[in-house]
Amino acid sequence: MSVTREQVAKIAALARIRMDEGDLDQMVPEFNAIIGFVEQLDEVDTASVEPMMAVIPQALRLRDDVINADPLTGGGRRDDVLANAPAAEHGFFAVPKVIE
Amino acid sequence: MTDLTQLGIKPLRDGVAAGTFTAREVATAFNTAVADAAALNAFITVTPDHALAAADKVDAARAAGEPLGLMAGVPIGMKDLFCTNGVQTTAASHILEGFVPQYESTVSAKLWAAGAGMLGKLNLDQFAMGSSNETSAFGNVISPWRAKGSNAALAPGGSSGGSSAAVAARIVPAATGTDTGGSIRQPAAFTGIAGIKPTYGRCSRWGIVAFASSLDQAGPMARSVEDCAIMLGAMAGFDPKDSTSLDAPVPDWAGALNADMRGKRVGIPREYRMDGTDADILASWDDGIAWLKDAGAQVVDISLPHTKYALPAYYIIAPAEASSNLARYDGVRYGLRDLPEGAGLQDMYAATRAAGFGDEVKRRILIGTYVLSSGFYDAYYTQAMKVRTLIQRDFLTAFESCDVILAPTTPTAAFALGDKLDDPLAMYLNDVFSVPASLAGLPAMSVPARLNNAGLPLGLQLIGKPMDEQSVLDAGLALEQRARFDAAGQKWW
Repeated sequence: MSVTREQVAKIAALARIRMDEGDLDQMVPEFNAIIGFVEQLDEVDTASVEPMMAVIPQALRLRDDVINADPLTGGGRRDDVLANAPAAEHGFFAVPKVIE
Repeated sequence: MTDLTQLGIKPLRDGVAAGTFTAREVATAFNTAVADAAALNAFITVTPDHALAAADKVDAARAAGEPLGLMAGVPIGMKDLFCTNGVQTTAASHILEGFVPQYESTVSAKLWAAGAGMLGKLNLDQFAMGSSNETSAFGNVISPWRAKGSNAALAPGGSSGGSSAAVAARIVPAATGTDTGGSIRQPAAFTGIAGIKPTYGRCSRWGIVAFASSLDQAGPMARSVEDCAIMLGAMAGFDPKDSTSLDAPVPDWAGALNADMRGKRVGIPREYRMDGTDADILASWDDGIAWLKDAGAQVVDISLPHTKYALPAYYIIAPAEASSNLARYDGVRYGLRDLPEGAGLQDMYAATRAAGFGDEVKRRILIGTYVLSSGFYDAYYTQAMKVRTLIQRDFLTAFESCDVILAPTTPTAAFALGDKLDDPLAMYLNDVFSVPASLAGLPAMSVPARLNNAGLPLGLQLIGKPMDEQSVLDAGLALEQRARFDAAGQKWW
């Protein structure tokens, strides 16, 4: 199944990647070559097969229900969290004005 | 005095412990080698002070009679996918340029705790997506190898191309790698070194920039099988901060190494003998079979019937996970922000991601977004996950009649930079032998076998049962002892 230029443009919009006409010229044939390649999976009979959910089966663990169970991933690290922000103001991430 | 840069992990560690040389002398020798090898472009950031500080700590501990760690006095290269506290971590992408983590990844923290130091952050394919290190935003890594009678620059493999080039060039004794579909094994094979990807979950993923979380695994790349065993022992272990970390003890792989293969069955998968496979590759595979027989192993024919579907399944699953993982790069919390004049929030996201991601990363995000989108999810993603079940089932069935599997690591030797750049699919096909073990979460290693007709190294791959790194390493040692591979590229840099 071939993917149209309009579909690729829509996918790029969903993925929040700006693409101009030149970018699409390059991407559409590459995209279709890859999709054409992966579509050979259609010929595998999987009617009685479960999709793999975990490559090594194990139960999901819960951490201890206490504050700062692990100090590295707990709270109280606002300055560390903001240290690499392109724009941080008053202890928050700053973004352009949003009016909907 | 011996040239310290010619030594691997074990002789360096043991020499420091015995007082033959100091850790500072070792770090200084490698810092100099790194500085002299800028032409390889193996490093994105060099950290000579980190290596010296770690060395001084080891020398002081030794002087005080304190016990020394598994990696004491060994300076290493760190793939620039591991977050390192206070040291820029880029994943070789413009979108993370200037990102300075405020914490240390679990694997790197364990290595420093074991007495290792850091020579620098190694170049890689952008977000570990690539097989030639040509997708890096920081330029190509050049392999230290060259084909006979040629000056053409060769690919060091990928994605751990900085790691493989640096180890092969003897400017680091060992390096970390990560393997999603072959990113440790393929570059190791291309450069004549050893590398192991352990069972999925052995090494914590916490603090490693995520590509495809159900596949990503860290592992060591080094000059010998024993060095890989030592370093893996320092990297592995349960970590509650990684939800898929294996809660299992770390065996003493290095201490238990045993190249005696008597009583072991080695499986030879017939589906890996593909049409058009390079004659040198097939000859090296035959060498490997003869070597393991010589070590006492029994060789058995096995079948992995879904092998040809591994690569197409991988190129649905890995991009799907990548499209989700890379959604975090939005110009808000870290890294690049591109805010066009008068732009709103959505425009800022789209502009930032357009400017920050390279072409291969964009391709994979788009493929991943497509296969997960409403209406296509079952046809692509669910089908790929079912095929993944079949691929794992193939291996588990095969392991009823063998203990370890022997196959080539790659379908060809290293190719020239630029050769496959215009054809993403041709590049993907390089991982045809490495991807199946990744999809099944199995431990797998590449060991150098021989040189091909052009004088370039070829690797042999060993694949083991889940949690059975020991059998992989043991068979690797049996190969290494018989291959006696000691070639290195002629120094041209």
